[in-house]
Amino acid sequence: MELVFKWEWLPQLGRGLVLTVELTAACISMGAVLGLLLAIARLYARGPIYWLASAYVHFFRGTPLLVQLFMVHFGLAGWGISFTPLVSGIIAMGLNTAAYQAEYFRGAIQAVKRGQTMAALSLGMTWWQTIRYVILPQALRLVLPAWSNELVYMLKYTSIVYLIGLPDLMGVGRTIASTNFRFFEVYAVVALIYLALVLIITFGLRLVEARIKVPGLGAVRQ
Amino acid sequence: MSLLVVEDLHKRYGKEEVLRGVSFTLEPGETKVIIGPSGTGKSTLLRCINRLTEPDRGRIWLNGEEITSPRVNIYRIRAQIGFVFQDFNLFTHLTALDNVRLGLIRVKRMPKREATERALRELARVGLADKANAYPAQLSGGQQQRVSIARALAMDPKLILFDEPTSALDPELIGEVLEVMIELAKGGMTMLVVTHEMGFARSVADEIIFMEKGVIVEQGPPEAIFTRPKVPRTAEFLRKITEFYGEQG
Repeated sequence: MELVFKWEWLPQLGRGLVLTVELTAACISMGAVLGLLLAIARLYARGPIYWLASAYVHFFRGTPLLVQLFMVHFGLAGWGISFTPLVSGIIAMGLNTAAYQAEYFRGAIQAVKRGQTMAALSLGMTWWQTIRYVILPQALRLVLPAWSNELVYMLKYTSIVYLIGLPDLMGVGRTIASTNFRFFEVYAVVALIYLALVLIITFGLRLVEARIKVPGLGAVRQ
Repeated sequence: MSLLVVEDLHKRYGKEEVLRGVSFTLEPGETKVIIGPSGTGKSTLLRCINRLTEPDRGRIWLNGEEITSPRVNIYRIRAQIGFVFQDFNLFTHLTALDNVRLGLIRVKRMPKREATERALRELARVGLADKANAYPAQLSGGQQQRVSIARALAMDPKLILFDEPTSALDPELIGEVLEVMIELAKGGMTMLVVTHEMGFARSVADEIIFMEKGVIVEQGPPEAIFTRPKVPRTAEFLRKITEFYGEQG
């Protein structure tokens, strides 16, 4: 069988690509903010806040992403809460990655030595100042390699949103392939585009890592 | 009026009673050195004084203000008490300069330019003006400890607590840190020092406190403690530690 490639696929896939990138950026940012709060809650809070944060992390890490997406998009509609596919996608995947990011952040914050906190408090800094100016700057440097993985996973996981009807990179690929039946070629192009994106992200984050690197505060590369 | 008054301090970790009623005072400009075997509550005592550790019982006054009162703003109090740690605890992600000026900028809300000038002055005072842009990992232990003293000094503390400041150092680096501390003591800084450096204790301290098992066994001027201790345990401890560390520490 001969391989076929058509340039006209690219503009369409390009539009899907834009959606994939937007979706990934929205989810990962939402997840970062929420994940950081969850990590802080699991480390420093007690009682109900601690339990809620822990339950949250266990629920979202312990159930399939696709189930979560369908619960948000189709499940909540049964309760009269309905979102556009894009909003459902951002919410479900943002909530999901928040749970994973929370665990990365928690590990990194715990890796910052206790003496650092002691020193900050001894200067008269409040807890929030200590977290903001001493713990987080170190924890974020430590977490970056693990966090890069999460970003890459997220980028690839967004490919499930075609199941709720979003024309992302995967969704557009599927539409093209199901009209011309060139499944192998179209999906190969889709795969290559994902791969290129992953390489760009990985390389970009290495540059960031090198830029914020501080002697003696090595990030653990996996 | 005494700068620091500690009255009947108690602290327990689980079953172990680390402090069992410690009382003493510290006058302005005075250097007191606390000696005693490991695990007798010396570090816990220092941490209780700026409430990095909460005492279970007892009261502490700084300049006449009760700082163990639940109503006191402990952050404001801590900013007035310098703390020098055994393992330096410089902020790993910050240069020497940033380590010294962080508290000035964030706690004292000093403008950046002024904070920088002040921080550079303190670094010069400990002989490290040329290391302002070095990160802690690029400094020797002795240099790190001097930066941490500069960090404490920059805050204009009413007193500085030293928790075994030379115990984590290689022997050849101890001298440079002790020199800085001697200069401070001469300059009239109020200091409370936990140390095993008997040479320093003997020559710099105005008074020595010998602690064991959570209580003060004996206190007095260095000459009295070192040459004619009243309590046999003090004599025994001093004999052991001089055997181990040598006379000059």
